[in-house]
Amino acid sequence: MLKIEANWIDLRYLDALSNQNTFIHRLNPCVKLIAALSFIIAVTSFSKYEITGLLPFFLFPAVLLSLGNLPAAPIFKRLLLVAPFVLFIGIFNPLFDHTPITKISSIVITGGWVSFFSITIRLCLTITTALILVATTGIDAIGSALLRIGVPKIIVVQLLFMYRYLHVLVEEFVRSTTAYSLRSFHGDGVQFRAWGSLLGQLLIRSIDRANRVYQSMLCRGFDGEVRLMRTSTLTTSDIGYLTFWMVFFVLIRFFDVPELLGKLLMGVF
Amino acid sequence: MHMADALISPAVGGAMWAATAGLAAYAAKKVQNDLDDRKIPLMGVLGAFVFAAQMINFTIPGTGSSGHLGGGLLLAILLGPQAAFLTIASILTIQALFFADGGILALGCNIFNMGFLACFIGYPLIYKPLTGKNPSQGRLFIGSVLAAIIGLQLGAFGVVLETVFSGVSELPFSTFVLLMQPIHLAIGLVEGLVTAAIVMFIMKESPEILQKTALGHSLGTISIKGVLVTLLIAAMLTGGALSWLASSNPDGLEWSIAGVTGEAELKAPEGIHSFFAELQGKTAFLPDYNLKHPEKSIVAGAKAAEEKEAWPAVDSGTSFAGILGSLLTLALAYSIGKGLRRFAKG
Repeated sequence: MLKIEANWIDLRYLDALSNQNTFIHRLNPCVKLIAALSFIIAVTSFSKYEITGLLPFFLFPAVLLSLGNLPAAPIFKRLLLVAPFVLFIGIFNPLFDHTPITKISSIVITGGWVSFFSITIRLCLTITTALILVATTGIDAIGSALLRIGVPKIIVVQLLFMYRYLHVLVEEFVRSTTAYSLRSFHGDGVQFRAWGSLLGQLLIRSIDRANRVYQSMLCRGFDGEVRLMRTSTLTTSDIGYLTFWMVFFVLIRFFDVPELLGKLLMGVF
Repeated sequence: MHMADALISPAVGGAMWAATAGLAAYAAKKVQNDLDDRKIPLMGVLGAFVFAAQMINFTIPGTGSSGHLGGGLLLAILLGPQAAFLTIASILTIQALFFADGGILALGCNIFNMGFLACFIGYPLIYKPLTGKNPSQGRLFIGSVLAAIIGLQLGAFGVVLETVFSGVSELPFSTFVLLMQPIHLAIGLVEGLVTAAIVMFIMKESPEILQKTALGHSLGTISIKGVLVTLLIAAMLTGGALSWLASSNPDGLEWSIAGVTGEAELKAPEGIHSFFAELQGKTAFLPDYNLKHPEKSIVAGAKAAEEKEAWPAVDSGTSFAGILGSLLTLALAYSIGKGLRRFAKG
């Protein structure tokens, strides 16, 4: 399958997931956006040697995956696709940082390995959060949340417009690249001589399409102003949801829960 | 090239978010003031075009490997810098949300590295002067290739600076620069060649598309002064906001700053490190960032000789408790998640 087609299927799949009707999906998009942003700031604000303090944060994606009725497999697949670049940068840490930090039986653990492990945990946490946000909210609701928190309207309109036409254009791109690869002997890469003409043709067609879109918008009374529907009721469950996570993030940011739990267990036995 | 949240600190991410937000507000105002409302669907469709085009593999002659289009420069050529900046920003936003390509906190960095540098530096300062009003094929080619290469070199350098300042990665500045710049020379060359190929094709087939933007017909000319003023204001606001944040929420932010100065101080004074260390010493806005503070010296002195004193004595009892507690925490998170799933379905 072509890469572009595979990506498109992923996109459609996330879209389909965001159309469910669960407790999480029904929440106000602003609330979900703010919770996700606070989560990411809390996770990234830890020192680079933090491991145990980061672990309680896994509750957030776990609860959202569960209450939002999301399948874990596609999200992990995306995580695996994105991970190599970050881990490639992270793997330099053990090479440069040899500070001994702790000892497990007789093996000395260096700071580099601890911070590499910490980067891996951050990676898992932040990437799943971004994907879960969109899979439980959907792009239209994210657009209305962005508008509400003060993002200029033209940016939101542009975002939604682009997302809408992405699906239209990808279909056309898939057709063209499939046609190209069927008529060439080079797999799915585009040969140098066709770089300009293949994309250029598609570009001219896209611009024509933009003009047709514009004309049909004019026919339907477009006056330069795009009107977006806002759904903006803030229910008690929205407030409860946000309060719960905020309190939880603050608590686990400042108290090392796993450390305390471990000590408690050691005390019991 | 896309930076991830795992490698940046909130201070760096926040500062770049603020700078990007300032630029986006400026660009949005410029685009909105422009009376041509044809631009709205055009930006949307061209954004979708670049998004889809990024997923096409271009075979690089003679190597067998393949490259991709970034599209910042192409958008600037077709739409003018401001509209192109907004379009790139929305492409990167969709990528961050749907493909987890680049983090949400890192989005500001990514938009700056790939949007600002291509649209507000590469296009007006390199492409435009080189091509002029009535460009020949040769000039179009040289202009596109050079603007793409320089834009990507700056972008790669931005990634290096943002990563080093974040302090999560241990990669020293010089090693990282040597790693990033040559790779992006190749990437920039491919970007430039693809852009040139498309622009030259358009020039032949339907030149009126290019002439509109070349004459500044569709979007007003870019004022560098406006951009600089916006950046300055954004930087000052961020400085203010961050220093306020830092004083109310010490450890994370202080740690990142301590990490930067610490490393700069401890390394032999070479190049940019010592420059920034000096700069930071002069501009330190919080006396609290004193590196001799016992707690901070743990991190700041990560590579110092006296590290053994600073590090807590190795105590296998504590680390065992830590591991035990960690496993328990993960098990708890997992079972709470599992338990709630039944609730979601019911």
